Amino acid sequence: MLTMTRRQFMVGAAGLTFTVLARPLLAFGIDAKKINAWAAVAPDGTVYIVNPAVEMGQGSMTAIPRIIADEMDADWDRVVIVPAAADDKIYGNPGFRNMMYTAGSATVTGYWDSARTFGAQVRRVMMANAARILDAPITELSTQPGTVVHAASGRKLGYGDIAKVAELPAEAPQIKPEELKKPSEYRYIGKDVMRVELPSKVDGSAQYSIDVQLPGMLYGAVLRGPVEGAMAASIDDAAARAVPGVVRVVRMPVGVGVLAETPWAAFRGKDALKVRWDRSARGYGHDSEKALAVYSAAARDLSRPGKPWDTAGDAAAAMLKAAKIYEAEYACDYTYHAQMEPLNSVAAVAPSGDSCEIWCGTQSQTMAVAAVAKALDIPVDKVKLNLMLLGGGFGRRGHRDEEFIVDSVLLSKEAKRPVKVLWTREDDVRNGRFRPLSVHFLRAGVDADGRIVAWQHRVACDEITAFQDPLRYKGGGEKDFLAMAGSELRTYDIPNRLSEQLPQVTGMRTSSLRGIGFGPNKFATEAFLDEVAALHGVDPVDLRLQLLRNTPRGQAAVREVVQMSDFRRPREGRGLGFAFIDYSGTMVAAVAEVSVDKDRGEVRVHDFWCALDCGIAVHPDNVVAQTESSIVYGLGLALTERITFKDGAVQQKNFYDYVVPRMRDIPELHIKLLPTPNRPTGVGQMATPVVAPAISSAVAAATRVRVRHTPFTTDRVKQALA
Amino acid sequence: MAIDFVLNGKPVSVKAPGETRLLWVLREELKLTGTRFGCGVGMCGACMVHIDGDRMFSCLMPVSEAAGRKVTTIEGLSPGRLNALQRAWLAESVPQCGYCQSGQLMSAAALLAANPHPTRQQIVDHMSANICRCGTYVRIVRAIERAAKET
Repeated sequence: MLTMTRRQFMVGAAGLTFTVLARPLLAFGIDAKKINAWAAVAPDGTVYIVNPAVEMGQGSMTAIPRIIADEMDADWDRVVIVPAAADDKIYGNPGFRNMMYTAGSATVTGYWDSARTFGAQVRRVMMANAARILDAPITELSTQPGTVVHAASGRKLGYGDIAKVAELPAEAPQIKPEELKKPSEYRYIGKDVMRVELPSKVDGSAQYSIDVQLPGMLYGAVLRGPVEGAMAASIDDAAARAVPGVVRVVRMPVGVGVLAETPWAAFRGKDALKVRWDRSARGYGHDSEKALAVYSAAARDLSRPGKPWDTAGDAAAAMLKAAKIYEAEYACDYTYHAQMEPLNSVAAVAPSGDSCEIWCGTQSQTMAVAAVAKALDIPVDKVKLNLMLLGGGFGRRGHRDEEFIVDSVLLSKEAKRPVKVLWTREDDVRNGRFRPLSVHFLRAGVDADGRIVAWQHRVACDEITAFQDPLRYKGGGEKDFLAMAGSELRTYDIPNRLSEQLPQVTGMRTSSLRGIGFGPNKFATEAFLDEVAALHGVDPVDLRLQLLRNTPRGQAAVREVVQMSDFRRPREGRGLGFAFIDYSGTMVAAVAEVSVDKDRGEVRVHDFWCALDCGIAVHPDNVVAQTESSIVYGLGLALTERITFKDGAVQQKNFYDYVVPRMRDIPELHIKLLPTPNRPTGVGQMATPVVAPAISSAVAAATRVRVRHTPFTTDRVKQALA
Repeated sequence: MAIDFVLNGKPVSVKAPGETRLLWVLREELKLTGTRFGCGVGMCGACMVHIDGDRMFSCLMPVSEAAGRKVTTIEGLSPGRLNALQRAWLAESVPQCGYCQSGQLMSAAALLAANPHPTRQQIVDHMSANICRCGTYVRIVRAIERAAKET
């Protein structure tokens, strides 16, 4: 399918080690059908490997090139990493609808087969050429990093030397799956290595879009309406224009932009704007406290069928026949991503308006280019993307409209100069797109033998996918994947199941957020299972082992974490809570140990154990790091983080009223990877959803009171204990 | 009005309205972008610098108050070679997205300068001024302990 041209091999000459290039090599952009677009070898032995993903701390910039390099038998010290051009057809993730979209913890798992195949093609071409040069049968050749070896004659040829005279087949060699390396043959996969961009992150030299500076650049700040879609009815910009350094005020399709010579002037100018907003936008009037009762009523009203998400057997009929039915209601507040880098973007629109260059941190290169092309009404090939490091993503930077990038483009077009748009933290919260408010009504039907035979999970929440990505929503049967994922319980042996959504149309801005639907849905289902176990007099771990009877890998994770945490040993003044999830094939079992200060309503998590099986761990220490990160993130969602709305407007402003975990809040973390020879599955967020249910069950163990509404704020805990 | 101070060992003179926060002068005028903007209200520490050796939120400090003082940023922490803390940061693979890490390092450097062998609790108390949304906290602790052992 793919071939390499001689020209491809001639690319580049510098013998750099661990360079990460800022832009795609020109040669990688041409005629994708005829070129292996993933790797090139230079005559000096430098190996260029393409990274199709964005880097937001999760490590794909290292992991994908490592996989390619392993199969290629490249010398890792001679690898230069090259960003992929924005082209879904070449670089789209086969495991993510062939989109260039770094999300869903799907990068390593999605590119696993193709990355190895592309690497193997390069190795095969190297060996075929070496056979010709050495006049030796290819079957007598082997490879060591960067070198083809003919053991019989003791001769060796470096990849660079081969590249000098390489003859390339018209078609890239076909590689059969069984011809790929076996796990025992991996050189790099499964071994720890320093992430390639790490050195730049300890000396301040790492470049995020906020760090980009261009000659003649202006700074832009944008005041958006309090709710999505609100338009400025009247603008009094006299005070804003009077701020020294403010260049002009621009009415935008949504919001009002201030252009200034410095960021400080832009912020002061924005603060000085007096804007009256029209009130026709849908979100006005939304009150998140009052909405809880509405969502609850919808979830509990069994006469009102929801939009089915997961169905198996006949849940309604089985429920009728059950010996006993347990019910409970859970809820989760809106939550905010709080990536450390407030959203920003730099754009330079040509004065003619017919082309544009952008510097940004997006989770989807192709969405960013498409959104900009649409905003300027120009072809996508007139948009040049400079993908920067992301100061955190967590699902915030992959919306189809890429509004923060478009802000910079529209202002640059107006100014006819490059513009860096900066959102303040307050803007980032105010303009935030949130994990929705959700109320979960759960019912479990148990037969006379104590087996769960019927399961119903009704989720009332704001829609996400329809807002975040209307294209995907319409193309995917109008399924709200981002909200409902994780409500399916396919790993558990429950014959009759129904999970269904009661979509609440509120006009609130919603978003994928680390863990997506797994966060709220697994909180509800795992905590509820713990309740069912207690009410039914069954051990919560035994219940899970029973439900996992067809999933040995799940059982192994459960047994491991029980042993690690010494789960059966009671601790004075402490409670232990257990939870398990299967997140897209990654098995995660966890135990939390907590104490509860009953007077202050404070839940303190002392220890957190996690056993995780993600199949082959491409970069084991990074899997541990991602799991640590996922747990800390989940801790904030469980204990303190909440967004509230009054009259459609976000009530929180900054880190003083949106409280995220600090070092003093972190339990001792005990993480164990269970290496299994299975295809790698995701790791970037898999432990996040397991945290809240484990803590809820630990609180129940410590106090005999169940907390059912995240976050478990001190007020809520005190109220529950009262 | 010109404001003079010493930046990473060298005298500089900047022209900016005095109330402009030091952070923005460092980043956009003096082009030292390693000091980062996270919250603007002294809650996250991404902007942490040293003023006469003490850590300071540069997002809060009017540039006029820097006059006559010694300002150190991540770029000036150990120019040309990594110091023990930075090496420990790599050894423990601390950074994930990395955006907060300049500030974390500046906080940690201020701690070790004042207290070369801090206890675990002292580290936690001191470093709780900085937020890392990627949750690299356990590795930060390990890196500080590693660096403290080396010096």
